[in-house]
Amino acid sequence: MQKIHLYLIALMLLLAVSPARAQNPAPAPAQEKPIALMNGIAHLGNGEVIPNAVITFRDGKIETVADATRVRLNLDGYEVISIEGQHVYPGFILPYTNLGLVEVDAVRATIDEAEVGEFNPNVRSLIAYNTDSQIIPTVRSNGILLAQVAPRGGVISGSSSVVQLDAWNWEDAVVQEDGGIWLNWPSIYRRTGWWAEPGPIEMNKEYDKRVGEIKQFMDDAKAYAEGTPATINLKLEAMKGLFDGSKKLYIRADNAKEIVEGIKTAQQYSIPEIVVAGAEDAWLVKDFLKDNKIPVLLANVHRLPARPEEDIDMPYKLAGMLHDEGILVGLLYDDLKSNRNLPFFAGTTAAYGLDKEQALQLITSNTAKILGIEDVAGTLEPGKSATLFISEGDALDMRTNKVTQAFIQGRDVNLHNKQKELYKKYKDKYEAGK
Amino acid sequence: MKRNSLLVLAFLLCGRLWAQESYPINGVQDKRLQRHAFTNANIYVDYQTQLSDATLLIEDGKVVAVGKDLKIPAGTIVEDLQGKWIYPGLIDPYTSYGITKLEEKDRPRYATPQMESSKEGAYAWNEAIRSHFDAVTAFDANEGAAKELRDLGFGAVLAHRNDGIARGTGTLVALADEDAQEVILLPKASAHFSFDKGTSNQEYPSSLMGAIALLRQTHLDSRWYNELSPKPFTDQSLGAFYAQYGMPQIFEADEMLSALRADKLGDEFGVQYIIRGNGDEYKRLGEIKQTGGAYIIPLDFPEAYEVEDPLDEMNVSLSQMKHWEMAPYNPALLAKEEVPFAITTDGLKDKSKFWPNLRKAVDAGLSKEAALKALTYTPANLLNAEEMVGSLEKGRQANFIITSGDLFEDETVIYQNWVQGNPYQLNDMAVADVRGQYKLQVGGESYPVEVSGKMEKPAFKLLKNDTTKYTINTNLSDNLITLTFNPKPEDSLQNHAIRLSGWRDGQNWKGSGRLANGEKVDFNLLYEGALEEEEEKEKEEKTAEEARGQIIYPFVAYGYTEIPEAKTYLIKNATVWTNEEAGIVENTDVLVENGKISKIGQNLSAKNAVVIDGTGKHLTSGIIDEHSHIAIEGGVNEGTQAVTSEVRIGDVVSSEDVNIYRQLAGGVTASQLLHGSANPIGGQSALIKLRWGKTPEEMKIEGADEYIKFALGENVKQSNWGPHYDIRFPQSRMGVEQVMVDAFNRAKAYEQEWKTYNSLSKKEKQRTDPPRKDLELEALVEILNDDRFITSHSYVQSEINMLMEVAEKYGFNVNTFTHILEGYKLADKMAKHGAGGSTFADWWVYKMEVQEAIPYNAALMHGEGVVTAINSDDAEMARRLNQEAAKTVKYGGVSEEEAWKMVTLNPAKLLHLDDRMGSVKAGKDADLVLWNNNPLSIYAKPLKTMVDGVVYFDIEKDKEMREAISQERARLISEMREAKEGGESTQKARPEAQHIWHCEDLHGLNKHIEEVHNR
Repeated sequence: MQKIHLYLIALMLLLAVSPARAQNPAPAPAQEKPIALMNGIAHLGNGEVIPNAVITFRDGKIETVADATRVRLNLDGYEVISIEGQHVYPGFILPYTNLGLVEVDAVRATIDEAEVGEFNPNVRSLIAYNTDSQIIPTVRSNGILLAQVAPRGGVISGSSSVVQLDAWNWEDAVVQEDGGIWLNWPSIYRRTGWWAEPGPIEMNKEYDKRVGEIKQFMDDAKAYAEGTPATINLKLEAMKGLFDGSKKLYIRADNAKEIVEGIKTAQQYSIPEIVVAGAEDAWLVKDFLKDNKIPVLLANVHRLPARPEEDIDMPYKLAGMLHDEGILVGLLYDDLKSNRNLPFFAGTTAAYGLDKEQALQLITSNTAKILGIEDVAGTLEPGKSATLFISEGDALDMRTNKVTQAFIQGRDVNLHNKQKELYKKYKDKYEAGK
Repeated sequence: MKRNSLLVLAFLLCGRLWAQESYPINGVQDKRLQRHAFTNANIYVDYQTQLSDATLLIEDGKVVAVGKDLKIPAGTIVEDLQGKWIYPGLIDPYTSYGITKLEEKDRPRYATPQMESSKEGAYAWNEAIRSHFDAVTAFDANEGAAKELRDLGFGAVLAHRNDGIARGTGTLVALADEDAQEVILLPKASAHFSFDKGTSNQEYPSSLMGAIALLRQTHLDSRWYNELSPKPFTDQSLGAFYAQYGMPQIFEADEMLSALRADKLGDEFGVQYIIRGNGDEYKRLGEIKQTGGAYIIPLDFPEAYEVEDPLDEMNVSLSQMKHWEMAPYNPALLAKEEVPFAITTDGLKDKSKFWPNLRKAVDAGLSKEAALKALTYTPANLLNAEEMVGSLEKGRQANFIITSGDLFEDETVIYQNWVQGNPYQLNDMAVADVRGQYKLQVGGESYPVEVSGKMEKPAFKLLKNDTTKYTINTNLSDNLITLTFNPKPEDSLQNHAIRLSGWRDGQNWKGSGRLANGEKVDFNLLYEGALEEEEEKEKEEKTAEEARGQIIYPFVAYGYTEIPEAKTYLIKNATVWTNEEAGIVENTDVLVENGKISKIGQNLSAKNAVVIDGTGKHLTSGIIDEHSHIAIEGGVNEGTQAVTSEVRIGDVVSSEDVNIYRQLAGGVTASQLLHGSANPIGGQSALIKLRWGKTPEEMKIEGADEYIKFALGENVKQSNWGPHYDIRFPQSRMGVEQVMVDAFNRAKAYEQEWKTYNSLSKKEKQRTDPPRKDLELEALVEILNDDRFITSHSYVQSEINMLMEVAEKYGFNVNTFTHILEGYKLADKMAKHGAGGSTFADWWVYKMEVQEAIPYNAALMHGEGVVTAINSDDAEMARRLNQEAAKTVKYGGVSEEEAWKMVTLNPAKLLHLDDRMGSVKAGKDADLVLWNNNPLSIYAKPLKTMVDGVVYFDIEKDKEMREAISQERARLISEMREAKEGGESTQKARPEAQHIWHCEDLHGLNKHIEEVHNR
């Protein structure tokens, strides 16, 4: 505990003397010394808690996760950090975000998230991911250490990649390259009218046509993947991995029928790795999702019910309802301005049906499995990447979430950010005036 | 079967032959006596006077006499109606019959906004004010449209141009196919209004509250213009608007809350509008009755939804379903409450639904007398035309219909519709009733035949046995008959058609024909007797009232069948967050009586109190949302001009927003409903309590101070609206200051102008034109005099400093800066100025001006002594304001007690309501929330939320409501399936549009921007 305080004081002093900066703190250097976190409350991310744990990691990988009251470890040569009474978590994962692709929603020049045209599987979010985005450090400060950065727009938006959130450039950041293809399933209904006079909602007359276009594209992609084409077609080339399971198909759909049709269509092309993202109506097609073993990335727990008569807490309890069915559920936060609040989505699901450790899984191990990065991330288990953080209190509750230290690949991440800097700047101003 | 139609043709040819007297004649004069008598008729002289065996005498298009034993003068064409019925011609008071439409002007997608009227000439500044228009000037009789209405039984209609907010006058016309000059009964019969600007492409007004403000100001302007002498300028619209005060004024409202809005507006100016309602008046019948107005209601009952597919059916809302069931009851319920109403065909896309729907209304309990009244007396009365139409007394227009029987019975046929003495044939009246049982003898065989169906359209059927009948193809005229049939119809292989042709022989028919093999035969069709009366299926002995579901308040899911009432509550042993000096106290009791907190202490007891166990629970005062846009109808922004202080959110509060209930479930008890942030000086706020189930007026907080929205920065300079939004001043922060300074300059001058005028003596006043009453400036004068308080949308420090300086220069304070994300940079100055800050907990990134927004903002402002609140500006976030407050603990280390005040006591202070809300203190309003956990925790949820001692949300009751909703849906779904099986037409299931407003919702202020964003 004392060590932590000293560390923080040192950091504060460092900052106090350094001039105000606009840029992000430098990424942490590689782990040199093995580290042991002693006596913390370890939430493993797999449903288990060790109330008094010892966690060691070396060369960026977790070595030991054990009950400190039962094991004796020789910690010679380790940097030992006492975190008694504090909580340790595996790094939280944002599974669908435009973080690093957009800096200011309203300023077009800062937006790199969508391309022209309807079918762009070859478009890669990774190369546009801006590691110097000022938003990234603020997200990290709440325990989010990994993110799947995905393009949007059109029917097939492009390819997503998973990144860790402390890097010099996208090459350093990448955890999984081009692992997902994002498909926006067409809407059955169409809104009419405009903002101040919303007209009636009508059937989307284009629906069948749009679905037909998707099938045509899938037909072409499958034939391309199975054949030996003479010329390279970038779009179809990017689709190849879907058919051999090396890439995942993320289908964005909210309406019950759209969810079913999207999945059925993908299955028609024998795509093995299918994930539904959004899925507001998942409660209406629970059995279908369960029978087809389709994992779900639920969008925005903090949203309004989709229909006036829906249970007012439907968005809050939906994850629990699906979990109870044995469906693999992760949570996604689709709003750049506040996606650092992902932990509190999980907290809400714990108030509505799940226990806290199950809720934690929705933003750690479940998400890692859904994204296909469970071998390196999602739990505090030996062999996995030492991507984890320490919070003074329960990190799923904003009342107690206070991240004091975070490690990505064993690297001790600088938790400073622009907002803290401005806070300090003005706090100092007012204090000086008194 | 067919009937020969020669007779119909002959009938139509004998129209009236004279023309207007002042017209020259080409040829010889051909004036004929047009005198008809209809004898032996059952006559409705008016809706409540019925004469049997009576005679109607008409001459030259007018009624001459009606009664029993009338003496019929020689030279009269007499028609013996043999007991048929005569009704006064029906009147539709809401049509655009014969009026040319204005052309819709297409605007290119990126057109710059149209700030001014495109109407040339000396007319109103706003294109939607068309009071100068007289429908009579654009009227011409239209045969096709007239026939459509005549076929339903109408003889006269009020026609107006349904375009614009003030629409000008309507004209009462008869539906005869004559020249316009003959059919116009009252050239200027009515004045028309709506909240819909129609084909006007002028920007203002873009919102419902803007339309209301425009009408309010136009009332004032027209009165002021009338007083000016001599007139310094000419405005034909204002002149006409004033001249129309003496006429019946008809207001089109697209839903019942807008009906109440229109009536309230009328009350302000001593005008009782007649409301063209939407047919949903039943939803708030009590308030509708209280308007004291008459209604014109449509019969466009919705079709049943296709509910077979449960996944599709989910998308139909409970209120849509319930409205489907309730709509036919609307006329009966209005009649029961003695609300005067007329019925219109307007709103019916398919006019042939008029009678089936009217009969549905009768089945739902509307008495036939009331129905006839609504179609005759009431419209005539409302239009001051009782001396002309609506009854068949002497001197009235000869507008009447001849029917086979009671007009409101299914099988009744309208034979003829006479309009101004011109006959129009709908169905052949001379038809003999041939229905009965017959025996067909042909070729030595004998077949039983049944002739049934409608009298004018009998169906011939070959009987095999009691249940199996085969249709005989028949062609029938008065004297001749053709029959074609297969004697063994059940055997499709043997097509042995027998063809017969014959003639009438008394009650029988006889003739000859050929068998299938060509052999010639004779036949006889012998009348055997009348049809056996079919036993009427015993109708379920339910009254109409019992058959339907209950009305819920409000008329959406989670509405109450009975609105809960205040009780005496004793909450025992709770952890109470007092927000007072006592702080957070454990094991404490709170007594609620008469809507107020009456006692706080230990071991309290009270007689008759409902005891609530608070053990292990937290009791707080209710959350107050300083910045909300729920429960608002028709837009939150009137951002079409830089200054719109005349618009009022209070005019457009909606009680029917389910988010009220959802937010109660999040612990919110009161909200400031703010205008949006599209312009520097926006509209006036409404302060409400979340009294779910009550009316908009009842939700407003009694005696609350008046507020207004100001805004600064990107939104008001239209930075993010699209490149074509570059002509409205201001386009920079520099211009924003000038808008503010200019507004207050004008307000000061305005105040002075009135002071000067008011100080004149009575005599002097008579000689002096009064100043114009300007509602925009009045609101600003109120600010100058501390009678109205500003909540200003703001982000960056430069603009915040600017507004404080402007305010100080004009001697007032900015009450609250909202959003205020850079408030932390000048919190000390805000504290000194006396401005509060109402901010987001942690939003940033969404635009350029929030780049330096920090979640520590609230903590820093609070630390400098600024009264700091956390608000939502978002219907979703408002459900979790407790969590947003908790973030100030996380970011900046505010204490839990102070953090909690940021969503309760502090917003109460900012809204000047802290004397009665915002803390748990004896004497304050019992706006309380009982939580299962520390209210700042993510795991906390409200168990009960009470406003004024009324428990509006109860987590246990909520479970019951969910069950009730699901049962009600199941009942309605089965009703709809039954209706579909009964042959009713249906519509596809699709969701209802819901709109959630944000003040940041800038895109969409214009249709074209929305399209851009939809790409």
